[in-house]
Amino acid sequence: MSASAADIGPEVRDPFVEEQFDDAVQQREAATFGMWVFLSTEILFFGVLFASYTICRVLHPQGFAIASRRTDMLFGSIETAVLLVSSSLIALALRAIKLGRRRLTVGLMVGTAALGICFLTMHGFEYHKEYTEHLIPGIDFMQTGRFAYEVELFFCLYYFITGFHSLHVLIGVSVILVLALRVARGAFGPQRHTTLELTALYWHLVDIVWIFVYPLIYLVGRAG
Amino acid sequence: MSAIDAGVVPRSFLDRDYGLFAWLTTRDHKRIALLYALGITFFFFLGGAAATLIRLNLITPSGALLSAETYNKAFTFHGVVMVWFFLIPSIPTTLGNFLLPLMIGARDVAFPRLNLASWYLYIVGGLFTIGSLLAGGVDTGWTFYTPFSTMFSNTNVFLVVIGVFITGFSSILTGLNFIVTVHTLRMPGMRWFRLPLFVWGIYTTSLVMVLATPVLAMTLALIALERGFGVGVFDPALGGDPLLFQHLFWFYSHPAVYIMILPAMGLVSEIIACFVRRRVFGYKFMTYSMVSIAVIGFMVWGHHMFVAGISMYSSLVFSLLSFVVAVPSAIKVFNWTTTLRKGDISFEAPLLYALGFVGLFMLGGLTGLMLAAPALDVPLTRTYFVVAHFHYVMVGGSVMAYLGGIHYWWPKVTGRMYSEGWARFAAILMFFGFNLTFFPQYILGYEGMPRRYHSYLPQFQVLNILSSAGASILAIGYLLPAVYLLWSLRYGAAAGNNPWNARGLEWQTTSPPPKENFLRAPVVREAYAYDEPAP
Amino acid sequence: MSESRFFLPEASSLAPQIDWLFWSMIALCAAVAVGVFIAIVFYCIRYRRGSPADRSGRRKQSLGVELTWTLIPFALFIGVFVWSLFLFVHEHTPPANARTVYVVAKQWMWTMQHPGGQREINTLHVPLGTPVRLTMTSQDVIHSFYVPAFRVKQDVLPGRYTELWFTPTLLGRFPLFCTEYCGLDHSKMGGSIVVMRPADYQRWLAGHDTAPSLAAQGAVLFRTRGCSGCHGANASVHAPSLEGVYGTVVHLADGSTAIADERYLRDCILLPRTQVVAGYPPIMPSFSGQLSEEDLLALIAYIKSTSPLASTEASP
Repeated sequence: MSASAADIGPEVRDPFVEEQFDDAVQQREAATFGMWVFLSTEILFFGVLFASYTICRVLHPQGFAIASRRTDMLFGSIETAVLLVSSSLIALALRAIKLGRRRLTVGLMVGTAALGICFLTMHGFEYHKEYTEHLIPGIDFMQTGRFAYEVELFFCLYYFITGFHSLHVLIGVSVILVLALRVARGAFGPQRHTTLELTALYWHLVDIVWIFVYPLIYLVGRAG
Repeated sequence: MSAIDAGVVPRSFLDRDYGLFAWLTTRDHKRIALLYALGITFFFFLGGAAATLIRLNLITPSGALLSAETYNKAFTFHGVVMVWFFLIPSIPTTLGNFLLPLMIGARDVAFPRLNLASWYLYIVGGLFTIGSLLAGGVDTGWTFYTPFSTMFSNTNVFLVVIGVFITGFSSILTGLNFIVTVHTLRMPGMRWFRLPLFVWGIYTTSLVMVLATPVLAMTLALIALERGFGVGVFDPALGGDPLLFQHLFWFYSHPAVYIMILPAMGLVSEIIACFVRRRVFGYKFMTYSMVSIAVIGFMVWGHHMFVAGISMYSSLVFSLLSFVVAVPSAIKVFNWTTTLRKGDISFEAPLLYALGFVGLFMLGGLTGLMLAAPALDVPLTRTYFVVAHFHYVMVGGSVMAYLGGIHYWWPKVTGRMYSEGWARFAAILMFFGFNLTFFPQYILGYEGMPRRYHSYLPQFQVLNILSSAGASILAIGYLLPAVYLLWSLRYGAAAGNNPWNARGLEWQTTSPPPKENFLRAPVVREAYAYDEPAP
Repeated sequence: MSESRFFLPEASSLAPQIDWLFWSMIALCAAVAVGVFIAIVFYCIRYRRGSPADRSGRRKQSLGVELTWTLIPFALFIGVFVWSLFLFVHEHTPPANARTVYVVAKQWMWTMQHPGGQREINTLHVPLGTPVRLTMTSQDVIHSFYVPAFRVKQDVLPGRYTELWFTPTLLGRFPLFCTEYCGLDHSKMGGSIVVMRPADYQRWLAGHDTAPSLAAQGAVLFRTRGCSGCHGANASVHAPSLEGVYGTVVHLADGSTAIADERYLRDCILLPRTQVVAGYPPIMPSFSGQLSEEDLLALIAYIKSTSPLASTEASP
């Protein structure tokens, strides 16, 4: 179709369609597909951490069980709820923009971002609590007892996993806030919301990863 | 023959926006390809300089030229630069970037800005790596095995790990871009089984890049954190597992070998079809074999660890899968050979490089079979046998193919012809220089000389001298194209749009192509339609 | 060493078997390579541009041909795999009567400890014709124990035991290399294996019999480090007796069983909670970080010496 574009000439083209694409449909397909490929990459990023966790856990089941009980399940559970609600808010925001309700969209997106910030704040409290309990390997780790090394190993993984996840939440919150601003300025509408949709996809991935992190870190050690 | 009517000479992508700023902010895939080519050539010669030091040092058994410390840093630098800053990006980001949109009839890749961002990431990663060199060098080997890299090395591991980490993102984003481009931007009529095999090579490589590189990036991040904080998952003192690092590292680094070789396989198919003037024999089997290499390649990483302390049973499973992944490579060699049959063969320089590729790749692949058998891998691994094996595949294979591709598409990219005589001479010189360099290393490995040795027992000296002599011939072979290709930019004859009378879509536009790639829609037919006249 | 400069001596019972596979593979690879080269050269000459050769039927694609050269290599590869499988399993199965020598690697030296307490640095004396089993560990980074003339190689890791075995079949001195890059003097971390006639070997052992045997060193540690307080005959604490435990099947608290080999004993000393014996409370403290690798090996040698299996093993 390169010919058709050249024959028509750039002046008639949809200004929102970049020049490598024939039309808005193709552009949308490419962007969506690209996002899915990116998400598969993300899964492999987290896959390394989950694989390491699994292997260390199999090697040291008791130490990991003890360490897992040192995490704060109340915070962990509330964080899970907060993330799940935020994911549904952004899904509603996507529906709102499709219906053309711009102010509602902005509200829902700001809500999503607020819950994300809420999640990060709670994590901050958690980290601080662990700091006062001398549970941060490499910075302040003072534990004694038979499983001190295994507990340290667990907390290494705990910080890698939750830290890397929180980084994703932070990126998600920033993107959502910027997009909310652009929605407010009318950059998106019922016919033009691919960026919002892709951001929602990303946010759902961040949520899904947490659904795996939560039981691995907070719950498994407490069973039995 | 030309798609452009006489009298209308379009401005090429080079012939506009000359300023440095215009180049550094370009979103044109062809210009980005040239930006990459500059970086990659620079790193190739940088890594080559390290290789020169290594070979010079090994002329005497005592390693008189370098201290052990400098030698260790030299082979580490050689490995890191050649793997991550030359071999992995080489074909995909230069020829792939330039040709992929042309070959599928698109105006650009799907995400041009991302493409430029990938180049910047590559450069920033490269700067970190050069920074590590300036900060005194790194002595871990390119494999960063723990706990040496995390707890024992006193060098600047952090900088180089960050450099490779950043470049990893360049790789991921490039792969993502190409996958989406092939899926969504093929022009009407360009069905999957009409794609040139080079596109298939780039596509399958991109799959591997996207799915394997994150594992490397995360593993290196864990190394950096472990070094920074003094604790981590690979630390045996905490009950962590140093073998876990090797599993994760090879989960990337074995597929990485296929990242290097798959584009080369596709590229060689293009060249052979053109100069033999017939369709590649077994086109569909060629595509199936690429896809199966990419998929099975993810399941064979354990064959790097037969003596590392993994269980006997897992060794055997990895061994079986390694034999399975060798089958598609064998199919490809047989298909290339059979393509020559009933052809109309003309021995221009690109074909010489391509035939060199087939021969050297086959020797590398066959010795790979020996290493896939665990009983033989035990005595041979970690010796010069392995060094020779992977240089045959990566240097004899990928680099020969890359140079062949540069010669084949040079007229398309620059609009100029190089000196055919010099190009043939360089190809033949490289072939012989290469064999003289690396064949003695097979024998050295069989006789038991371990790799990464700064000094060695006197009985290994004769073969080492042969290898170093070969390396000096090889070095001249690699310098020659740098001279005559640059020379052709100014003095070479005008190439015309299709000097080889080839059939890919890229030959239907002008040389060099205009910014929009095609001013008139190219004609899409079956790939390699050499029995029909050019459109 | 050997009369030939080119061929590596076959100095162990494994070496000829591995060489058989090696040279068979070389022959197979050479046959394939030569075949393909001849085909390439032949086609290149016959079908060079302008030659009068017949080129009809060139568009034909053949599924049969493709399947042939998919399946034949596949069958060949599986054959090689099966051959290699048997050999590899053999490489991993030390004979029951093998003598154990303990090896501790550190940057950049090898320490070998014979059961009789003889210690060597970078040299290992072994008797001709007797299987030798090495139990190896590292104090710092990963090393690798490689004797080309024996065709054996095994990585040596910190924090765990790995092992290899060989039966020397040639007298002489054979080079030993470290083949896992381990830092500055990696290339200097070598030595030699000296294969002696059994009688000479006995003389050598006697001549170097200065230190008490490894088991005796272990017995001292067993008392001084407090092991005997719980595991000794008169202990009041409820802990399993270790006399004769080596090589037996141990029932663990989680219902599983383990064989009390060197790795198990090491784990019990360093990570006691991971493998608690059924019927005993998990009260043993970890000795991780308190015992050197040499001390650990001496303790294990002592526990082994109390086992009936030990008598068959330690006798030359």
